Amino acid sequence: MSAYRISRRTVLSGSALLLASGALPRLARAEPPRKGGRLVVAADSEPRNLNPAIVASNGVFFVSSKIVEPLAEASFDGEDGLAPRLAVAWQGAADGLSATFRLREGVTWHDGEPFTAADVAFSALRVWKPLQNLGRTVFRDLEAVDTPDDLTAVFRFSRPTPFQLIRNALPALSSVVPKHVYETGGIEENPANNAPIGTGPFRFAEYRPGEYYRLARNDAYWSEGEPYLDEIIYQVLPDRASAASALEAGEIQLAAFSAVPLADLDRISKVPGLKVVSKGYEGLTYQLVVEINHRRKELADLRVRQAIAHAIDKDFVVRTVFLGYAAASTGPVPKNDPQFYTPDVELYPFDVEKANALLDEAGYGRGANGTRFSLKLLPAPYFNETRQFGDYLRQALAAIGIDAQLVNNDAAAHIKAVYTDHAFALAVGPPVFRGDPAISTTILVQSGIPDGVPFSNQGGYRNAALDALIDKAAETLDENARTGLYRQFQRLVTQDLPLINVAEWSFVSVASDKLQNIADNPRWAVSNWADTWLEA
Amino acid sequence: MSRALLLLRRRLVGSIFVLAIVVAGTFLLLEASPGDAVDAYIASTGGDAGMIELLRQRWGLDQSALTRLANYVWALGHLDLGLSVAFSRPIRDVILERLPNTLLLMGSATALSFALGTALGIVAGARPGSFGDRALSIGSLALYAVPGFWLGLVLIIVFAVDLRWLPVGGIETVASARTGLARAADIAVHLVLPVAALGFIYLALYLRMMRAGMAEVWRMDFILAARARGLPRRRIVLAHVARNALLPPVTMLGLQSAQMLGGSVVIESVFAVPGLGRLAQEAVGARDTPLLMGIILTSAVLVLAINLAVDIAYAFLDPRVGADEAAA
Repeated sequence: MSAYRISRRTVLSGSALLLASGALPRLARAEPPRKGGRLVVAADSEPRNLNPAIVASNGVFFVSSKIVEPLAEASFDGEDGLAPRLAVAWQGAADGLSATFRLREGVTWHDGEPFTAADVAFSALRVWKPLQNLGRTVFRDLEAVDTPDDLTAVFRFSRPTPFQLIRNALPALSSVVPKHVYETGGIEENPANNAPIGTGPFRFAEYRPGEYYRLARNDAYWSEGEPYLDEIIYQVLPDRASAASALEAGEIQLAAFSAVPLADLDRISKVPGLKVVSKGYEGLTYQLVVEINHRRKELADLRVRQAIAHAIDKDFVVRTVFLGYAAASTGPVPKNDPQFYTPDVELYPFDVEKANALLDEAGYGRGANGTRFSLKLLPAPYFNETRQFGDYLRQALAAIGIDAQLVNNDAAAHIKAVYTDHAFALAVGPPVFRGDPAISTTILVQSGIPDGVPFSNQGGYRNAALDALIDKAAETLDENARTGLYRQFQRLVTQDLPLINVAEWSFVSVASDKLQNIADNPRWAVSNWADTWLEA
Repeated sequence: MSRALLLLRRRLVGSIFVLAIVVAGTFLLLEASPGDAVDAYIASTGGDAGMIELLRQRWGLDQSALTRLANYVWALGHLDLGLSVAFSRPIRDVILERLPNTLLLMGSATALSFALGTALGIVAGARPGSFGDRALSIGSLALYAVPGFWLGLVLIIVFAVDLRWLPVGGIETVASARTGLARAADIAVHLVLPVAALGFIYLALYLRMMRAGMAEVWRMDFILAARARGLPRRRIVLAHVARNALLPPVTMLGLQSAQMLGGSVVIESVFAVPGLGRLAQEAVGARDTPLLMGIILTSAVLVLAINLAVDIAYAFLDPRVGADEAAA
């Protein structure tokens, strides 16, 4: 083994020791992380495919991010908001045609094989680019991955690709799977998709359908001394009320992703031994959005869209629907994004009078019954909050003379009605902001997207200036220039309102007081939990 | 040929028609509901047009509904239930690993509600109109009126969260590596609350049926004769009144088995029991047509089998039953 092998963690713990030596009395009081223990976590779903390289979604990451690692993870204090995982250094070429990753040394797969650049090349070319839900877009122009040595991977692009985008995509899109396991047979039929083999701090141990997943400590993990926990059990609890009960009874120690409904948080925060933590989800921001079908004559009129925007009391929504666990939106990039957000956009303060005036001006006067026109409103069913906001929006629209008929569907029916059949006038959607507008945000307003693509512009909106801006940003290599273009994008979207951003929210964890280090990065719930530990 | 065998033959022929109607009906219902398995899947993942098209091809959803139904029936003829799209596993395996849990839950709950219901019904019917009779009737009706999920949640809060006597949910302690008797005891402890929640609701049905039956039998002439002969009251109640009043609740037992399966959907979710009911709910959400058809077929077979068993039991309880059929 190389004498120079050094990991970021050993450096950090070394410097921590140096600092501590000057303050020994304080060190004596601080409790050192305890090794061992079983963490039981509530899980509300069982993904059909646990391979995060194919399915980059939070439901899959929740379990598999402990087993399969990305090249880099999101970080509160790391450079560009990243912390190294399987890559230790990365660099984009000035011409945008290549990106070089220096990989971690001494890493082995759970089956004992060494991890090399060949695994990264295989994952990128054979999995992320052709198969992954998000990678198919971001890695579209990836042409080849050179591996000059076992620890270097050079991504080559056929067209200039902004390195800023690749970097921002690393935490969610770069899960590396073992080439030797996947190279024979169909990748999507590989049994490892349901029993993943990775390099992470925990090994996949057991799955009992309908009951639990069990992950066991990886004794050969590359970060020495980690992980602390011996086992993680994901207990499948489909009923949200039973997750809260299981926490109170001490049968589970963590319910992440707001598995305990917001309405119960106030009560449960008073239960001794439990804590409510809203940190650790900063990189998983969901946006509450009113999707608009521009094929409707009334809604094609900007004044009507402005009126709807003015009719929504965003602060009221944050206070009542989200019970304060959210922020009012100003535009298509959430406020908590450190790179792209700008407050310098068109704002629509709550003003019913102005909304009514705008509708009068647009020529939609109130009829005999006080109604200007009727429309269909389809709230997405995935979250309690999207449904509740649908109820609120109906009332808000009634105040300005628009009669909204609520149509409640289940997930499959909603996806079909909105994104394939376009059988809606307004819909309430929860798109995700994934750290870079090019990953899943610009698609919400861009034109020319085929029918049936979920979480995209299916409202028939077309704006040549906005399309041109999106195209230009996609090929702008200079970071500052690119960021500037996305600020302009936010202004343009808020001026023309292809959709209306209402609020931004993330999730809340409820955990046992004994569980430590549960919010130490912006994607904590979907990160590897190597440094999480349980008090005795 | 014995009466039971004749009954069996007649029932089996009828069952095939019932199952065919069930298969076609389920398929049509799912076809009529908007969205398919791919729509349900991409709701949690997203994806571009190419990926969605690929998924539809891979899951066979690009074929017409008629082709898919024909393929399904053809495979079914070869006793192949097909592949679940939501779980990407053979449906037979998915169902077989859940079936024992549901049978255990349903069986115990049915036994509880039948045994306790008829026993209390005898107590109530022994002296119709007495205070005990009224109290039992009202109490059981109150239980019957309570929604199952609510009763389940209340039981959890009282016995699992506050008193901590029993576990909150699951069929057994997760990853406990128990075997043999220890495991059986563990499962029994986990079943107490869900069985109580499911069983108490249907208790009223048996109680009231038993009581009403007894009240009627009391007015019969042979009871008067038994009393005239000076038989002890206990003997009249048990051997004459109760035995004659027992037939309707036994009939109910067969009919209730289908109801019980429906009730277990809710109870299995609340108590996180990995059973068929919860699986059916997931299959509908995922628009997993072959899986749902597999579950419904399994349930239909189950209900038919239970009713057949009830008929056979009936034939033994009451010598008059099946006599015509045997003669025909």
